[in-house]
Amino acid sequence: MQQNSSWVPLFPEQASTFAWQVDGLYFYLLAVSAFFTVGIAAAIFFFAVKYREKEKYATGAEIHGSIALETLWSIIPFIISITIFLGGAIVFYNQYRPPADAMEIYVVGKQWMWKLQHETGQREINELHIPVGRNVKLTMTTEDVIHDFAIPAFRTKIDVVPGRYTTIWFNATKPGKYRLQCMEYCGLNHSGMNGWVYVMEQRDFDNWLSGNVSGQTPVEAGRDLFENKLGCASCHAGGANQRGAVLEGLFGNQVKLTNGQTVIADEEYIRNSILNPSSQVVEGYQPIMPTFKGQITEEQLIQLVAYVKSLSGSNNGSSSTPTGGTTTNSGNGNMMRTGEANSNNPVAPQANRGGTNSQGSNPNAPKNQPEPTNRQR
Amino acid sequence: MENVNAANVGNIRPEPKVNYLTNGFTAKSWLLTKDHKRIAILYLLTVSVFFALGGIYASLIRLELLTPASDLLESGTYNRVFTQHGVLMVFFFLIPSIPAILGNFLIPIMIGAKDLAFPKINLLSWYLFMAGGGLTLYALMLGGVDTGWTFYTPYSTTFSNSYVMLVGMGIFINGFSSILTGLNFIVTIHTMRAPGMTWFRLPLFVWAHYATSLVMLLGTPVIAITILLMALERLAHVGIFDPAIGGDPILFQHLFWFYSHPAVYIMVLPGMGVISELISNFSRKKIFGYEFIAFSSIAIAVFGFLVWGHHLFVSGQSIYAGLVFSFLSMVVAIPSAIKVFNWTATLYKGHISYDTPMLYGLFYIGLFLIGGLTGLFLGAMGLDVHLTDTYFVVAHFHYVMVGGSVLAYLGGLHYWWSKITGKLYSEFWSKISAMLVFVGFNLTFFPQFILGYMGMPRRYASYPEEFQVLNIFSTAGASILAIGLVMPLVYFTYSIFFGEKAPANPWLLPGLEWRTSSPPPTENFEETPIVTWEAYDFTEESGLDLEDARNKYKVTV
Repeated sequence: MQQNSSWVPLFPEQASTFAWQVDGLYFYLLAVSAFFTVGIAAAIFFFAVKYREKEKYATGAEIHGSIALETLWSIIPFIISITIFLGGAIVFYNQYRPPADAMEIYVVGKQWMWKLQHETGQREINELHIPVGRNVKLTMTTEDVIHDFAIPAFRTKIDVVPGRYTTIWFNATKPGKYRLQCMEYCGLNHSGMNGWVYVMEQRDFDNWLSGNVSGQTPVEAGRDLFENKLGCASCHAGGANQRGAVLEGLFGNQVKLTNGQTVIADEEYIRNSILNPSSQVVEGYQPIMPTFKGQITEEQLIQLVAYVKSLSGSNNGSSSTPTGGTTTNSGNGNMMRTGEANSNNPVAPQANRGGTNSQGSNPNAPKNQPEPTNRQR
Repeated sequence: MENVNAANVGNIRPEPKVNYLTNGFTAKSWLLTKDHKRIAILYLLTVSVFFALGGIYASLIRLELLTPASDLLESGTYNRVFTQHGVLMVFFFLIPSIPAILGNFLIPIMIGAKDLAFPKINLLSWYLFMAGGGLTLYALMLGGVDTGWTFYTPYSTTFSNSYVMLVGMGIFINGFSSILTGLNFIVTIHTMRAPGMTWFRLPLFVWAHYATSLVMLLGTPVIAITILLMALERLAHVGIFDPAIGGDPILFQHLFWFYSHPAVYIMVLPGMGVISELISNFSRKKIFGYEFIAFSSIAIAVFGFLVWGHHLFVSGQSIYAGLVFSFLSMVVAIPSAIKVFNWTATLYKGHISYDTPMLYGLFYIGLFLIGGLTGLFLGAMGLDVHLTDTYFVVAHFHYVMVGGSVLAYLGGLHYWWSKITGKLYSEFWSKISAMLVFVGFNLTFFPQFILGYMGMPRRYASYPEEFQVLNIFSTAGASILAIGLVMPLVYFTYSIFFGEKAPANPWLLPGLEWRTSSPPPTENFEETPIVTWEAYDFTEESGLDLEDARNKYKVTV
């Protein structure tokens, strides 16, 4: 993106695995457009010269139409437009279906900044550091108005909508620095709500992680909320006679509700169950849970979702569940309050994680390694 | 109109003593008129004011974007400027321009009627337009609105500190003007056609307005409801769109685009009607595929209601809904393509003259074609993901709205100017102006396609430096475009006071509007015409004395 070439750039950099698909579709459409534009323009020029008025008040040829031609020029554009539709649908499908092994990053937009947090706890504002060649999935929401998270070099974007989660994923193909922009008008400083994505070699990324000593991971923070701050554990833990629904093994599975519906327990479902508990009650339980609406920030919600996910023993959860983090942390009240820009103040127990990491980092780690870190072992 | 001798051949019958312009000179005779032609003039004057204001805002946008930094306007001001540019141009210029000015003036004359079906309602719709416009201007003077013309929630209902509801009310009231105009046109076209004026003898301008009126009548109530719901949320805090109080922000987008996408066709269809007139008449040949052009207008109006979701591909809408909307968006492209092919085929074996209106007609085909084709880029979901909310979208809809609708409006205004005012404008200056508009327009908006693909976001007061060169091109183009658009103001005004008197039928064309004097009498025709010829009939059967005209022309040359 930062090329110092004297040329006026006419084409954006390609830096994700599906960027070429979007560009391929673009060039196909450019070719179709050029074909029709040149064809029609040539016909108009030709007719305009050949049939220019030579005699005043003359009468043109008696041609009223042609069913054959009408059929032809309805069907050919229709067929072409169907190929465009199919191409667009396939590329879209690739853009929005995250692979299962993607490393997760949580994003909260607010007027006018992006707050991002890695699985390992590192927080960033208006910057996103990711390793090259790894599948990365962003789960996003906003505290206020609609924003849109766009990375043109990756050819992807999605609206970030209050009250729900949206996700994108990508796999960056080359190290570099790429623009990250808010693309949905969001008020006064909309054009300032942008930053950079830094794509790094795995080794550099590991170094960056170790240099950015962080607070709790989302799962740790979520567990803290669950067990201490919000008291969820008083109903949702305890075994056989607990009052609230069992959360272990819940995430990603089907849930039968008291109203007869069956839903998949995804991020959206968990979020909704915290904010509007009585709307989707699991079969066999009483609607006794109070709403947490207004008492919990978007970031805390994301942390709770991450914690509930970790209870299902999915590969995200197991490794990043720490052993000793929560007790020390609960004391310093390090909740991620909205609007606090510098919330990654160093927290004691995590400090030594960096130390082990610098030795244990593995530059030759396989690219599709499902786990983000091996340094906690 | 350089052929002065047209005055000799074009006058079918002696001038009436009183025409609609000389029938009363008092303010009351204008402000309380029920004559559709006078109401059209009222619209012409007032819509032009809104067009000029919208143009001033456009100039401010282009000047600000000359440099990457937000320097000429700070971002709060810039946000208001682009919002107000959009609001004025969409609701108070593009939507009323062709229907309320040219449609109002011409539809009764083209079908051989004395007036619209409901003359008083016609006047009422102008007053509603003025009330809505006045309220909006008042809001702009108080401090304006900064939500973008799309008013996306929850920004517009909860966060914006600008005059959202005042502008909303302006648009709400103005919507009723649209509804009443549409109703008036539909009833008029159904019930007031002259003897012999069958549906398939109607000029395509009338067909296009029929289709437009359907959209006005069926679509506009939805935006009215949406604005009321916004008001409920903004003023009474009823949770409808804001998730913080239990609403759904995407619901707003569905409701908004359920009107605003069909509204695109309110802006485009009448222009297509104008172009059908220009291409056929200046080729002196029956239009190719009359029925196909007529029904493609209806098809656009119907399918236009089913594609709104293509504005929501990246909003978190279900992927399956997206697929349906993407497919239907491809389908709605076909009737537009049919029109372009038929216009081009009409030129074949015609006798094409290049008067100013025809220049606009030919320019229109080229620009609308690019506007339409780039719509396919945005209808393809995977590509839309990259392009939406960038300058590609801005360029696309300006090619459709300015390259399409505004060029058609200007073409139509030049074409019927002699009929409306009874005066001839300068052919030389009008051609220069048309070319400046064409060149300036392309220079302004073509670079924006490239900027969009590069990833320059729309609605940014400041932008990355690598985009500056193309933005300078764009601003340079806008200056040329502005000159091209100011020129008609000068030569049209000049023509009213000093222009040569226009004959009734300067080009010897078969349409009914050319068979009455210029300007027409208050009742349009001295006696109700009986139509015995097909639309765009250039044969002797049209009843025009073509042979005589040709001979006279040879003698005078």
